[in-house]
Amino acid sequence: MSIQDWIKNEVDTNDVVLFMKGTPNFPQCGFSGQVVQILDYVGAPYKGINVLEDDDLRQGIKEFTNWPTIPQLYVKGEFVGGCDIIREMFQNQELQGLLTEKGIATTQQTA
Amino acid sequence: MPMNANEIETLIKAALPDAQVEIRDLAGDGDHYAANVVSESFRGKSRVQQHQLVYEALKGNMGGALHALALQTKAPD
Repeated sequence: MSIQDWIKNEVDTNDVVLFMKGTPNFPQCGFSGQVVQILDYVGAPYKGINVLEDDDLRQGIKEFTNWPTIPQLYVKGEFVGGCDIIREMFQNQELQGLLTEKGIATTQQTA
Repeated sequence: MPMNANEIETLIKAALPDAQVEIRDLAGDGDHYAANVVSESFRGKSRVQQHQLVYEALKGNMGGALHALALQTKAPD
């Protein structure tokens, strides 16, 4: 299975997937850590995938969606954004709206 | 080899000639910047697409020479 197929499988079989540096419990990059905090605050279950474990994955994910940086968040197979976009969407309550619209349970009630 | 703010601005304006670009150096190390970019070419595009336009303008430096660029993009009001 090529790295691109592997990524596609992960993105398609998990509702919410965060490709990040480090793990949700030990983020190893400020930007990855910010997205982890946002997801934890919103209370959306997600799968964290540590791209530092495999260089093919670390490069492959950038080609997969033509996005040059990590972290990358996918919801129901769709690329939502990196740290800037997730933070901006969170501040405008758009992230919570998107998750609810896609049928993802969140514990935080939108204002 | 880190980039300086002018190089970033020049690259963005080369690709988006009408762009208003405002760059802040977040860490003084040539590696961590924040940039606000306003351009007509963003109109009607998603945030992901807008940011991709800026990344393409940076010709592969993003994620390489340039470790972090906190981006805010929008079309003119």
